[in-house]
This record gives sequence, structure tokens and C-alpha cells, in this order.
Amino acid sequence: MSTETIEAIVDRLSHKEGPLLPILHAIQAQQGFIPSDAVGLIGKKLNLSRAEVHGVVSFYHDFKTESGGVNTVQICRAEACQSVGSELLEEHAKASLKLDWGETSDDGQITLEPVYCLGNCACSPSVRINDDIYAKVDAARFDELVTQIRKNN
Amino acid sequence: MTKIYIPQDTVSCALGADAIAVALADANKSVDVEIVRNGSRGLFWLEPLVEVEHNGKRIAIGEFSGSDVTSLLDAVSTGKFESLKGYLGDIEQHDYMRDQDRLTFARAGIADPLCIDSYRALNGFKGLERALALSPQAIVDEVREAGLRGRGGAAFPTGIKWQTVLDTSLEAPEIQKYIVCNADEGDSGTFADRLVMEADPYQLIEGMVIAGLAVGATRGYIYLRSEYPKAHRLLDAAIERAEQANYLGADILGSGKCFDLEVRLGAGAYICGEETSLLNSLEGKRGVVRAKPPLPAIEGFLGKPTVVNNVLTLAAVSSILCDGADAYKNFGMGRSRGTLAFQLAGNIKRGGLVELAFGTTLRELVEGYGGGTHSGKPMRAIQVGGPLGAYLPESQWDTPLDYESFAAIKAMVGHGGIVVFDDTVDMSKQARFAMEFCAVESCGKCTPCRIGSVRGVEVIDKIRTGTEPDNNMVLLKDLCDTMEFGSLCAMGGMTPFPVRSAIEHFADDFSKK
Ligand SMILES: Cc1cc2nc3c(=O)[nH]c(=O)nc-3n(C[C@H](O)[C@H](O)[C@H](O)COP(=O)(O)O)c2cc1C
Ligand code: SF4
Repeated sequence: MSTETIEAIVDRLSHKEGPLLPILHAIQAQQGFIPSDAVGLIGKKLNLSRAEVHGVVSFYHDFKTESGGVNTVQICRAEACQSVGSELLEEHAKASLKLDWGETSDDGQITLEPVYCLGNCACSPSVRINDDIYAKVDAARFDELVTQIRKNN
Repeated sequence: MTKIYIPQDTVSCALGADAIAVALADANKSVDVEIVRNGSRGLFWLEPLVEVEHNGKRIAIGEFSGSDVTSLLDAVSTGKFESLKGYLGDIEQHDYMRDQDRLTFARAGIADPLCIDSYRALNGFKGLERALALSPQAIVDEVREAGLRGRGGAAFPTGIKWQTVLDTSLEAPEIQKYIVCNADEGDSGTFADRLVMEADPYQLIEGMVIAGLAVGATRGYIYLRSEYPKAHRLLDAAIERAEQANYLGADILGSGKCFDLEVRLGAGAYICGEETSLLNSLEGKRGVVRAKPPLPAIEGFLGKPTVVNNVLTLAAVSSILCDGADAYKNFGMGRSRGTLAFQLAGNIKRGGLVELAFGTTLRELVEGYGGGTHSGKPMRAIQVGGPLGAYLPESQWDTPLDYESFAAIKAMVGHGGIVVFDDTVDMSKQARFAMEFCAVESCGKCTPCRIGSVRGVEVIDKIRTGTEPDNNMVLLKDLCDTMEFGSLCAMGGMTPFPVRSAIEHFADDFSKK
């Protein structure tokens, strides 16, 4: 991500009250993560120290500091999903993708993440792939979804 | 022309509603139908729930799939729906819907959530019109009279909070004030905020504008969790349309009053549902909890007087101003007035949203509405009120659901989430998860929460594997006390509730290992 692009994003959003989260979201939406160069640049523009910006980036689960896979696959680990066997789904996902939480597949297609609640708790277990949510996902359905992702790319 | 309704909320789409809408549009060559993408009614186990407008009724077909499209279109031409797979008849008469006390969710699922005309036709913006004719104090009085208490979990009286913010004008008449809507809905087992935002977003917008008029705030933010991408898109679109129709902006309905509203996305931190952490996050800081005082009502967002209310609280304000405080107050029991949106979730046959007056029992909800477990096995434990809520054994399922009765058994109603577990649940594992969740989501400010939760996981692991179980149990109980009494906020302070309830009511699960 070029300096100009980052500066353009900061300039576009810095008039907001409390602009840092919108800026970080905008950078991540474009780049997939928050490049370390951006941390210093944002700090300079918003009159914050590098440490302050870094502190914010590292506080939130959503913000990444390294590039991940093309697709983010999140499996809900919260209580409602647990009650209908999400733990088995987690094990299946990790084993079939050969990934642990936070890891990215060798083909660069999939990053596997835990998530705590997608608000779909009456039709658990729930999975989110990028901006789409899937309900009542068992192992077979999970495999279908993964196949679909790989076919699309 | 026949209208066919296919919901566009998260759950319906998670079960294939978009594909059904496409299939229906493709298949429809001869029958004169209009496809409306409505919001969900909250009967989630029946989604995708397709409805057809027929003889003034809404005929519903549940668990609809793409392969049913042709037979649906045939039925539309003949007017005979009864033989369709999943036929439910008039949805308003469905046993899950019929006896609910739907105030906040009265409109959910009826129309396209973004259609302002439909919203207006269903009593929308009447509360705002009334509020525009009232003084700020009269609006606050109406909300206090209604007995409304915050629906985000802590159940603080909304009228008193608003009065505090209104009164800051006495000393600083020109000060900028804010209305912040807490749409972080992080509790597992809850989805009522999401349903308001996805099925009836104007109701929330209306409630926020009324709040602004009441306390003299001209700016509002909706702090929305990033796990809700669909609600995000719908809210942004609804705000834009409300601005165009002068329900937001510089001159609301020609009154000269202004209110600007913006959605801000969270970034995946459960603690940012706690109001002071939320305000820090909104300011662009780490979501660390602030000590109170100062109260957000006096020094909130950017140090200015701020109302922080949950989505359901603000939505309820619309109906209170529309129908009057008395109409609202007549629902409920004791000091819990009005209705609560109970959310049936987890291992349950008929999961969904049930809005009822306070005072019903858990058993009525999970057996009557819920129909027992999804697995068909006996129910064993029910967690009420999210990850910080206690697990209740069967002996407590007849407790009336109101704030005081639940507090009396060391449980909480919270945001109304009800998560059912069948008899395969291992409660020592659930206790472990409560500690693990606290360790993952703690803001890190206090030691009992940040470190205590990590130690909690370790101690429970020792008990589970039979390492000095008795001594470690003593240690665990002591740790729970330290966390309860030594934490700044309810994250560390209430994580002991699910843990202790598991130990107390399901002791076998800790000893048989
Ligand atoms: C750990 C924690 C998480 C919370 N999460 C939420 C939440 O997701 N949504 C919410 O409205 N309130 C949440 N609250 C309660 C808020 O702090 C606050 O009481 C509420 O937003 C006030 O609005 P109300 O009076 O309308 O309920 C949480 C509190 C704590 C301690
Ligand atoms: S109890 Fe936990 S979450 Fe709450 S302020 Fe303390 S460290 Fe932060």
C-alpha cells in the first residue's frame, strides 16, 4: 500500500469525531491488514504516537498486522453453537484444512479464525465466510462451502 | 398482482433466501407476482419463511427451498396453498406468533425494512411527531412514567439517565451532547438488536431522534459490532433515506430541530459492549473500561454528556411516545415494566424471538414456545443472560422472568438471551469456557479479571483431570470471590456466576472425571 493511498484514506476520514477506527477499517478493507508503515503515518497525521496507534491495532481482534488468506472462514465458538456441537465442527475444520486458529492454507485461499457469536443463535452452528453467514453447518456442509470457495478462485 | 415475501435478514440468507429469490424471479414467466424482500418475523427455525399475500392474509410456507418454487407459483395461480410442503396458513395466527405481546417487534417481517411508506403506514414516526410537539422535560417524563429500564443488561431506568443528561444544560446550555446506541450485541444467544436493525431500522432511528430531542443532543452514533455486515448495510441505507425524507438532518420535519446520525463499526471485542469501553472505542482508543464516576451521562463521548442506550431501549421509546406511557406500563410485573424480547437459542426445536410482558417463566418459554430441545434429548441446563449469566438447573425453571426475581437467585435476565443445553452437556467444560472467554475478552485493566481468568482455566483443567480435585475446588471458589469483588466491571465481576452455578447445581460433572 503506497504512502499516498494511506494518506488519502486518513485525509478523507480525519474530520470525523474519533477517526481512528474508521481509518483502520478502511485500510484493512483495502489491504487486508494494517501495514506497519501505516501505523507511523496515521500517528503523524492524527498527532498520536506510533505506540498509541499500535496499541489500538493490537487491542481489537479484527485488525491484522500481516496479510491473511483470500477468504476468512470464521467458526462460532460461543455457547449457543456449543450446545449443538460446534466443537465437533471446529475439530473437523482444523483437521480437514490442516490449520489451527489464525493460520492460512498453503494455497493462500483460507484463513481460519474463531469468532464469538454471529447473532444466528437459533440456527446454530454458524460459520461466516467473508461477509456471508451460513446456518446449521455440519461437517458435510462445511466441506461443501470450502469446496465452493476453492472453485470460485 | 400477488405479492410474495422472501426475508432478507441474516438468518434467512444464511439458509438460502437469496437463492430462492433469484430462483423465483427466474421461474416466474407467466404468473403476475411481485417479490418483496421483507425482514424476518423472528420464527427462525422456520426460515426461509416465504409468505404470499392472499385474500388479505399472509399465507406462510416454512423451510422453503429453491426446489419448491414451481409448486408455489402453481399455487399462486390456483389460489390453493394447503397442499404445499411446509404450509403454515395465516402466519399471524401461528401459535408462536398469536399470543406474543409484540410492541417493539410489531412491524418485524411485515414489509421491506427500507420502505419508509410502509413504516409510516404501520404507525411509524408517530412517536417522533408527538415528541416534536412536546418539551424536552415532557418527553423525559413520559419515558420515566413508562417505567422503561435499559434492555442492554444492567436494567437502569432510562428516564433517570435521560434526566441527568438533560439537566447538564442547566450549567452548560450550549454544550454538545450525544446519543450513542449500543449495538454491540455480543452475548451468545441474542439476536433481538440485530432483528430490529434488519427488519425495522427506522424504529431505531426514530427512537434516537426522540432521545436527541429529549436531552438536547444533536448528534448520534450507532456503535455496531462488525459481526453484523447485513445490519450495517441496512442501517446505512435507512439513514440515507431518513435524511432524504427529513426525519434526520438539519431541519427535522420542518421543526428547525436537527439530528445527525452515523453508524460506527466495532472491531470484534466483546468488552466494547460495556458502555465506557464502547465510548473509548468510539473515540478511537483501546476499548479499555473507564472507572465511574464520571458517569457517561455527564462526561461521555469526548468528555461530553452522552446517553448510551441499547438498541431495544431506544426502539421501545418509539412505541412509548406513539402509544403513551400507560399503554407500555400496563405490560409487565413489579418493577419490570413493558415487554422483553426473549431469544430462544442453542439446542432448541423452535428457536426464535418471543416478545412477551415480563413475568412469564423459563419453562413456559422453552417448553411452550421452544418445544424442547432440537436433539430430542432431555433439557439439562439453561444459560440466561449471555456469557456472564448463570446456568440454571430444572429446579429454577419456574422462576418468573423479571429483573428482581432473577437477581434473587443470583441469575440475570440481561439482554434476554436463553441458551438451552441437552443432557449431553458437560458443565465443567461450560465453566471452563466461561473463564476462557473472560481471558480472551478481558480489557486487561484489572488483575483479577485479566490474570484470574487464565488461572481459572488452569484450575478447572486440574479439577477435570482429577489433580487434587478437592484442594483445587477450594482454590476455584476463592478465585471466583476475588474476581467478583476485585473487578472494575461485570466482565471480571460476573464471570464467576456461570462458573459457580455450574459447580453448585451440576457438581457431578466436576467429580466423575
Ligand atoms: C462486559 C459487558 C458487556 C456488555 N455488552 C453490552 C452489549 O453488547 N449491548 C448493550 O446494549 N449493553 C451491553 N452492556 C451494558 C452496557 O454497559 C450498558 O449498561 C448499556 O449499554 C446501557 O444501555 P441501556 O440502559 O439501554 O441498557 C455490557 C456490559 C458489560 C459489563
Ligand atoms: S473486569 Fe475485566 S473487562 Fe472489566 S475493567 Fe477489569 S479487566 Fe477490564
